[in-house]
Parts: sequence; C-alpha cells; structure tokens
Amino acid sequence: MSGKTLYDKLWDAHVVKSREDGTALIYIDRHLIHEVTSPQAFEGLRLAGRKPWRVDSVVATPDHNVPSDASERAGGIDGIVDEVSRIQVKTLDENCEEFGIVEFGINDPGQGIVHVVGPETGATLPGMTVVCGDSHTSTHGALGALAHGIGTSEVEHVLATQCLIQKKMKNMLVRVDGVLGEGVTAKDVVLAIIGKIGTAGGNGCAIEFAGEVIEKMSMEGRMTVCNMAIEAGARAGMVAVDDITIDYVKGKPFAPKGAEWEKAEAAWRDLHSDADAKFDVVVELKGEEIQPQVSWGTSPEMVLPVDGAVPNPAEEQDPTKKSGIERALQYMGLRAGQKITEIPVDRVFVGSCTNARIEDLRAAAEVAKGRTKADSVKQVLIVPGSQSVKAQAESEGLHKVFVEAGFEWREPSCSMCLAMNSDKLGAGEHCASTSNRNFEGRQGFGGRTHLVSPAMAVAAAVTGHFTDVRKLGKA
Amino acid sequence: MKAFTVHKGLAAPMDRANVDTDLIIPKQFLKSIKRTGFGPNLFDELRYLDEGAPGQDCSTRPVNEEFPLNFPRYKGASVLLARENFGCGSSREHAPWALEDYGFRSVIAPSFADIFFNNCFKNGMLPIVLDEKIVDQLFEEMYANEGYELTIDLENQKVVKPNGDEIPFEVDSFRKHCLLNGLDDIGLTLQDADAIRAYEEKRRASAPWLFDAVK
Repeated sequence: MSGKTLYDKLWDAHVVKSREDGTALIYIDRHLIHEVTSPQAFEGLRLAGRKPWRVDSVVATPDHNVPSDASERAGGIDGIVDEVSRIQVKTLDENCEEFGIVEFGINDPGQGIVHVVGPETGATLPGMTVVCGDSHTSTHGALGALAHGIGTSEVEHVLATQCLIQKKMKNMLVRVDGVLGEGVTAKDVVLAIIGKIGTAGGNGCAIEFAGEVIEKMSMEGRMTVCNMAIEAGARAGMVAVDDITIDYVKGKPFAPKGAEWEKAEAAWRDLHSDADAKFDVVVELKGEEIQPQVSWGTSPEMVLPVDGAVPNPAEEQDPTKKSGIERALQYMGLRAGQKITEIPVDRVFVGSCTNARIEDLRAAAEVAKGRTKADSVKQVLIVPGSQSVKAQAESEGLHKVFVEAGFEWREPSCSMCLAMNSDKLGAGEHCASTSNRNFEGRQGFGGRTHLVSPAMAVAAAVTGHFTDVRKLGKA
Repeated sequence: MKAFTVHKGLAAPMDRANVDTDLIIPKQFLKSIKRTGFGPNLFDELRYLDEGAPGQDCSTRPVNEEFPLNFPRYKGASVLLARENFGCGSSREHAPWALEDYGFRSVIAPSFADIFFNNCFKNGMLPIVLDEKIVDQLFEEMYANEGYELTIDLENQKVVKPNGDEIPFEVDSFRKHCLLNGLDDIGLTLQDADAIRAYEEKRRASAPWLFDAVK
C-alpha cells in the first residue's frame, strides 16, 4: 500500500462516518463567518428551531461590506452610509449575539478580512478542517489545514451539525522547483500556475503545493498561493507543515500553550505527504522561469509575464477559446498584440485576502519609498487586511511611505477586491490590483481588473502603466 | 427543499465558457439578507444596459436586446444550456438562488465549478454534466428549433430530446436521493448525532487544542 498524501491524512482524521454511497460525514474544527453569506443560514436555524452544535468552533468578523474610509468607519455600524450594507453588518452582530458566537466587530482590534484574521490569531491551526462561506477559505490550507469555501446551505449545515457531507476529492500535486528570481513573488507563482493549468485545471481536486520554491516561501507567501487555489478550480489548496509553519503558529493568541503546545507540535509534524504517496495529477513548474505576472483578460488564466503581449484571437483554433479572447479584448479595451507595459492604469488597489498581510505591505512600501503616484493615476488604495496588520504597518511607518507617495491609507476591509463597499472602479477604468479575480464587473460596473503582486501594483502606480518592477531602478 | 423528479422545459443558451458567479449575480445584490428575489438580477450586467442596484424596479430598466435570455423565443426557459466550467469563482449560493428564482430548474454543461455544482443540489436544482460533443449538439438543435424543450428525468437519469432521443447522465446517489425527495440534509445528518458525539469525544482526548475556546 502506498503512503498517504497530506490531504489523505487530513481527510482520514476527520471522517465521522463513511457511507455506502461513497460520501462521508466530515467533522469541521473551525467555522469562520462573515456578514454576506451567513444571514440566510442563521434564518434557517431559527426557522427550524436549531442551535449551533458547537458554538465555540465559530468565529465571526464583518469584512466585505465595511467601509475602508476612516471617517465613515469611525461611526461604527451606524455610520455605514449604504443602508443595505448597514443592515447586513448589523444582522451579523445580532445573529452572533443571539447565538452566542464570538465576533470581532466592525471596529474591534481583532477585526479584519476573515482569511487574514484566522491565521494571524491562531484561530486556524495546522491539522484543522476549516470552512467559511467564502471561496477564498483555501487560504488557510497554507498552515497544513484542510480548508475550503462552502455555500450558505452548508454554512447552516455546519452550524447545526458541525459536519459536512463530502465526497473525497482527487489528489493533485503542484510542484514548483528551483528558485525564484529577484522581484518575483508568491503572487507571480500562483498566477503562473493558473496560467499553466487554467481556471478549471484543479476542478475536483485538492491541490498540495510543494517543491523548493514553496518550501522556502514564508507563511504569508504560502497563504497567497493557497488563496488562489480556487482560481485554479480547486476548492482546497494546502502546504505541508514544516519549521516555517511551526514558527509562524507559535505564540499566536489562540494557539495552544505549554504542554498542549508540545503535544500539538508533535502531531503537526506528521502533516506532510509520505514519500511514497500517490497523486492523481502532478504539475511541475520551474521557479527560474516565472516572471512577474500581469493578467490581461477577464479570467485569472488570462495572464502573462510583464514582458508579454496581449494574444491575438486569430491565432486561437478552439472556437470557444477564440470567442473568449475576443470578448475579453473587447471588455478590457485592449487590442491584439498590445504590449502589457503599454496598458495605462487608472487606479491601483493593494489589499484583499490574497495580498493584504504585513509582508505584502512591506513589499509595496519598498517600491513606493522615495517615489510618487503618477499624475495620470487617479487613486491608489492601500487597504490592510486586518486591524492587527494596520497597527503593525503603522508601527513600522509604512503608512507614512504610502501617504508621502500620494497613496490613500485605509481601514481593514475587502474593499475594492469586490466593490461591496464604496471603493470601486468607474466604467472603462483599468486597475492594477493585488486581488484574486479579474471577472467582468468584479471591481465595479464596467471596471477592468489586472491581477498583479503588491510590488508590481506599486510599480504601475508610480509609472502610470504596467512596469517590470525589476527595471524600475533606484528611487 | 423543492423536490426534483421529472422536469420538462424550454432550453435557453448561456453560450460562453467560464461563466463566473460574479456574472451570474453581481456583488451588489449579495447585500440582501434573504434567500429569494434574486431572479430579476440574474446575469444583471448582461441583461441590462445600466448598472443595477439592489431593491430597484427592474421592469423600467434599459434591456440589452442582444442578450439571448431577453429574446422572446427564450421567455419562460427553465433549462439552461451552458459551456465548460460554469459557475466558477465565488462560493455565493446567491448564484443558484438567482437561477432558481428566475425559473431555471436545471443547467446542462460539459463541466461545472465544484462549489457551484454542490450549491445547486441544496436548492432543488439539477446540474447535469454531459460530454462536450453532446452539449455542442444540444446547442445546435436549440438554435435551429424555436421552442426547443428538454425533458429531464432524474429517477431514470436521462435527458430526453424533443425527437425522443435519450441521453443518459451520471448523478451522485446521495444527491439524487435528496433531490428526488426534496430532503433537508441537516435532518439526515442529525440522525448521526451519536456518531458525531463519539467522534468529538475521541478527538478531544487526542487533540484537545482543537476544542479550546477562542477569545
């Protein structure tokens, strides 16, 4: 018998009951909640007269709708100008109060984007099953956890039963060997992976990211990679536990302490694929070949190295793909063969559950230091992923670097990643964005999103168009 | 949940690959705290020429006459023909809610994104995976024949074309059982409450930190 993959181990440890029809009841250790996908689940519980099965497994925080503007934010929930948003955030508060769920409220020092809050507080730990009504829950897999997004019916199911009815996914290994060049980041790695396997490449699979590049990557970099597993079609992405994981978790507020820590660490050290484990699909990339990436189209797989040029639909044979390219070019206002570096940028967004952790802000500040926003760029938003990230950045003086560069330093929220608060693109505007999706209308009606790393976003902000951050020279 | 047994309905096209959930129901409508009322905003950015806002009266909005669902011939459609990787992107269940509220009971495509696929079954909606060539053929026949209706027989796992041709499809037996009977799977899971408690007891002994309270 061959060995087990990391996913096999995590799955096996959480099977409550296997059923004859091939499904299993899987136990959920941590349930994260935000305001958008939970109200209907709580309503369902009320209608059926049910209570949460294990209320201490649930952690809530509002993130999607909360304003990033400091003056609007200062008024708390009542200060939210958009009435529909206000009701939704208030509903989360009321539901948490009613059911006794721990919530980091709108201006609580623990508040933030749910996928930033989980790891930074130790609310998500290695070996856990983690779910949330949000597809970017895959982020938490970076800690060696089995984490994935669920719909609202399943949010209700987990609240009521602590379990999910699941069918085991396939095992996929994405190995990135070698070393990354200077200026190439975790975001570029995951965009290159999606560019290679496509947005449906991981459908039906749990992806384990491995190889020298991943092994050397920081926890925050691994989170960026796992975050976008869903953009490759895989609900769950994960990385094996190693010293980097253990060092990251140690001392986190909700991480185990003392003797319990020793026991936990010993258990976590086994969270890696066995040497003889078998994967259903294996994909390999070479770190040296990965360049800073920029997406040009309306799907994350429509991505190119910064020195590339927009594709020509005439050269595509597959009719569905060809019409996809034509539609994307039209929506994005680009012409076939246009150089990526010739695309002008109207707004820049550094933030989101993909790239709003402290290392992301440091990388952005490093490029911003001594430079200023190009006149042609209307706005540069820097939105920290959590209150804790914001406080850390301010203690390092990063916010001053941003403000001096003419950027806006905002309050923690999902912000312009999906434009549910007032941060959005105007129709036809191009945005260099560190978020995860470049779908039509995602960042605002008619808005045009280009996915990039934090360093590449700032390089675009200071030059007014996409620029290879490695060629910026000295500030 | 609404049961799904046999459904006969008019087919309509969503003829592009990688239709994402932002396209199915744009983010501004996710602010609702209800499960219903998303139908008028299904494919909002394609159906209308203006930017939609929650709570607005859609009957007075400028309509995109070039979008197939606005063609008179597809009025009242309840079976959506789609392309590969339908429903990719976010986990928002608002996507199947919007399709269902509009009147769709089934989506047929060569492939679906995992979370969307799963969410459909929770809402009495049947996503059907068929071979790409067969989907191509269904598109062609639908375009060529106004009033093209498909019958979907879940019990016997087949799609029946207007000429009587039958196309078999696969469906997970547990999901089929729930859909046929309109079952609430929370109730089913709670029948295993003892097994869940037993698991917890064992787990608490071996990995107590998983049960530490937060805050």
